[in-house]
Amino acid sequence: MTKTTITLKINGATRTVDVEPSDVLIEVLRDKLGIKSPKIGCDRGDCGTCTVLLNGQTVRSCLVLAVEADGGEIVTLEGIGTDGLTPLQKAFIAHNSFQCGFCAPGVTLAATELLRKNAQPTRDEIKEAIAGNLCRCTGYTPIIDAIEDAAKPANKKTKAKK
Amino acid sequence: MPITHPFEYYKPARLVDALALLHTHKGGASVLAGGTDLIVWLKEGVAAPRALVDIKGIKELEVLELKDGMLRIGARATFTVLIESKIVRGKFPVLWEAARTVASVGVRNRATLAGNICSAIPCLDSAPALLVYEAVVVLQGPAGTRRIPITEWFVGLKKTARQPDEMVTSIELPLPKKNGGCYVKLGRYAGEDLAQVGLAILAFADNTWRIAHCAVAPTPQRMAGVETILAGKPLAAALISKACARAAKDISPIADVRASKEYRQHMAGIMLTRGLKAAAARLAGTGPAYGTSLL
Repeated sequence: MTKTTITLKINGATRTVDVEPSDVLIEVLRDKLGIKSPKIGCDRGDCGTCTVLLNGQTVRSCLVLAVEADGGEIVTLEGIGTDGLTPLQKAFIAHNSFQCGFCAPGVTLAATELLRKNAQPTRDEIKEAIAGNLCRCTGYTPIIDAIEDAAKPANKKTKAKK
Repeated sequence: MPITHPFEYYKPARLVDALALLHTHKGGASVLAGGTDLIVWLKEGVAAPRALVDIKGIKELEVLELKDGMLRIGARATFTVLIESKIVRGKFPVLWEAARTVASVGVRNRATLAGNICSAIPCLDSAPALLVYEAVVVLQGPAGTRRIPITEWFVGLKKTARQPDEMVTSIELPLPKKNGGCYVKLGRYAGEDLAQVGLAILAFADNTWRIAHCAVAPTPQRMAGVETILAGKPLAAALISKACARAAKDISPIADVRASKEYRQHMAGIMLTRGLKAAAARLAGTGPAYGTSLL
């Protein structure tokens, strides 16, 4: 089938890559572009570990064709906290939120999107925002606690400065 | 899992070009909107189109407007767009409530309402809401425009009234008179899950009702028998029991990995009871806020 060259802005850098129409974004990111933070988990949109931000919104990169993303802007975990850890990442560390870390990139991006849209989410809103990101280690409590902490007014100033 | 089946990819900027592509491929092309179902089916080999026609470049399908008493939802509108729309939340809260229960944020950012009804799986959350709002599906094809009432849209498991060279361009919902309503969804847990039972209810001031289900039959449907039992009478315990008995006859749930047939039957009655009360209370202005779980 017709091979095409697509251009993506990934974590601020412009990259071009040759793809088949049937190439899935997660595979292009990992295998052709060497970006390894999004993982392949369920590979059908349920587990959230392949989450990336596409044009500012979290998407399941296992359910997006690479050609669909042509001309788009992608942010992965590698593009978060490049000027030092974000308040959210600091809160994850303070709460020891992750154990194996497989879900961490997806959870971090989902929580980043939530806090951009809703600076003061309720606990239920936090749970809903990460409902599509499965963690098999922690039982979620330290993850939810950290997001709640990162959203506290005390952290808002630091966030605004960023 | 890579997609092993090869296909061509097109992203037309105009609706006429998309329709021409569907026509040229004579049923061999699939429309790609959010892709959250289609990409899975491509991976699994369930779908094997020769071409994908990506409609995300077509400006005219972006529409989301309430005009002359009619809400038009373009084929590109994602569930996130619907959830964030003040019009949908304010005027069609049952659709808003249902949209919030679809999968997860990352899926809702891509998945479209039009795609949801084209996939036509039995547990699609949007169907009961569209049924109670008496939506009309607008299609374009070689023969021009066709308008199909949502009651005639779902013709079987994953089967719709759409012809292969037709495309859903929008879904229209007439603005109903003053009502209270709800979408009640039973999942295994509060987070992302497919519905085991889904019920949408609209209550009107003259004690008439619109009720529809999903996940308890091969296709989502209005529950006309239940509506007739309830019509014109004040909502009392005895009447609710009669309605539940009728509902049990009108549904034919399956047993699968998510729930047994008996559990679905039982919960449908409980959900109908709570849903009727909540819809009536919301009509009276005393019910829980839309979005509050009734289970």
